[in-house]
Amino acid sequence: MSESVHTQDLPMDPESEGFTRRGFVKYAIGGVGLAYACAIGYPIYRYLNSPVEESMAMAAVKEVTLPDADKLPKGSALVFKFGVKPALLIHHPDDSWTALTAVCTHMGCTVAYDPGKTKIVCHCHGGTYDPKTGENLSGPPPRPLKKFDVVMAAGSVTVKRI
Amino acid sequence: MAKRSDYWIDRFGIGDAIAYAKKKSVPLHKHSFWYYWGGISLFCFLVQVVTGILLMVYYRPGPEAFESVRQITYSIHFGWLIRSVHNWSANLFLLSVFVHMFSVFFMKAYRGPREFGWLSGILLLMVGLIFGFSGYLLPMDDLAFFATKVGLEIPSAVPIIGPPIANLMRGGLEVSEFTVQRFFALHAVILPLLFLPILGLHLWLVQKHGNASPPSEEAKPEAERKSIPFFPNFLAKDLAMWLITLNVIALFAAVFPWQLGEAADPLRPAPLGIHPEWYFMSQFQTLKFMGKMFPGYAGEAIGMTLFTLGMVLWILIPFYDTRDKTALRAKRTTYFGLLVVGILLLTTIWGYLGVR
Repeated sequence: MSESVHTQDLPMDPESEGFTRRGFVKYAIGGVGLAYACAIGYPIYRYLNSPVEESMAMAAVKEVTLPDADKLPKGSALVFKFGVKPALLIHHPDDSWTALTAVCTHMGCTVAYDPGKTKIVCHCHGGTYDPKTGENLSGPPPRPLKKFDVVMAAGSVTVKRI
Repeated sequence: MAKRSDYWIDRFGIGDAIAYAKKKSVPLHKHSFWYYWGGISLFCFLVQVVTGILLMVYYRPGPEAFESVRQITYSIHFGWLIRSVHNWSANLFLLSVFVHMFSVFFMKAYRGPREFGWLSGILLLMVGLIFGFSGYLLPMDDLAFFATKVGLEIPSAVPIIGPPIANLMRGGLEVSEFTVQRFFALHAVILPLLFLPILGLHLWLVQKHGNASPPSEEAKPEAERKSIPFFPNFLAKDLAMWLITLNVIALFAAVFPWQLGEAADPLRPAPLGIHPEWYFMSQFQTLKFMGKMFPGYAGEAIGMTLFTLGMVLWILIPFYDTRDKTALRAKRTTYFGLLVVGILLLTTIWGYLGVR
């Protein structure tokens, strides 16, 4: 193989400048290579992404029904899963009910209901929230906890996304 | 554009590698086709590494083994494809290794200075067969369960030391979740650790000694012998073969997806027509035949002894048929090879006829 073959492109048609046999082959190989990369890469991506899709489908739930939750004593709370994330159902001492996400808006820890001080506290960095509204009261949390609708029924409590 | 590629070539010393590869040449003759089969085996191995790692993302050895493979096959996107590719590529790996081994044998490529290429290759085949045996159990369906049960009867037939060894491999007296757990460690950790250094040695020896020419070529005068440069000519052909192999694997994996049987149940009888994979069929049939000829343990013992003896002869062939020995030894070796191929093919076909 001589050097001149390497450095000199031979035009297929002298009239059309810039479109060479070598150039065509280069793009054809690149295109076929890309097609193979996609044909291999796409199944692998979907394979690895399977649980993500499943978890996203679970996270998309609109409401959760909690059987027997209406028997929750006053001044106590129940942690349940709304979709994939923890949430709190609180039965206040004044007999009102609240449902909030239990994920702290600061760094994502799971918050706890403190019945003595009637506050929601996050033990990770000391953030506090109002248990009735979810409003962030003190500490680092930047935003309130998201509230859910609570629908009472005989024998169950249904928590709905607002 | 040339400048940009110079940057990487310079930084990684790619130029040195290319200069080395350009010095290499590959003999060109009517048997050159057989030179591709080592490369095909290597490609299949690489496919096994990639798909094996992907399967490990969801596979759970132990009591959940079957359930996790069921999930991979039926609920994870393209899980059936990854699993099917892993199975088909495993079969093609062993097939191409066999073709590679027999072509090396009949081209007498094991002769000095390549004796250790032959020996390391035999070791790779043996590790490859253990890969196949251990991987077969992992789905823990009924076929896997009985294949392992029967397979482990062979070491336990060895007097005195056999049963404790088989028990250690099984992790008990019966194939159970403990067996799956340790077979998984064997399949995904121990065997790769064994395989990779031997493969490194094998590939280094190929680099060092180059491709062997068959005796018919060696007999020709230097001027009449043709060769092509390894880089880029032979490498391009090798890569084309890899592409064909990839397409063949993809075709088989997609058109004939690997099946999953029912969950293993130690209380159910073995399914009808159960038989080993094709690469163990010859041994299976020989043992079955010997068992009929010589009842009791004698048959098994005679069968195993014959097999071991044949294997030892096969392994030691580079030290019998050397370059400086008489033509008679060379001829005898070729006949021995033909006999081995004949016996393997006959017993395999016979085995499949018996299964029907």
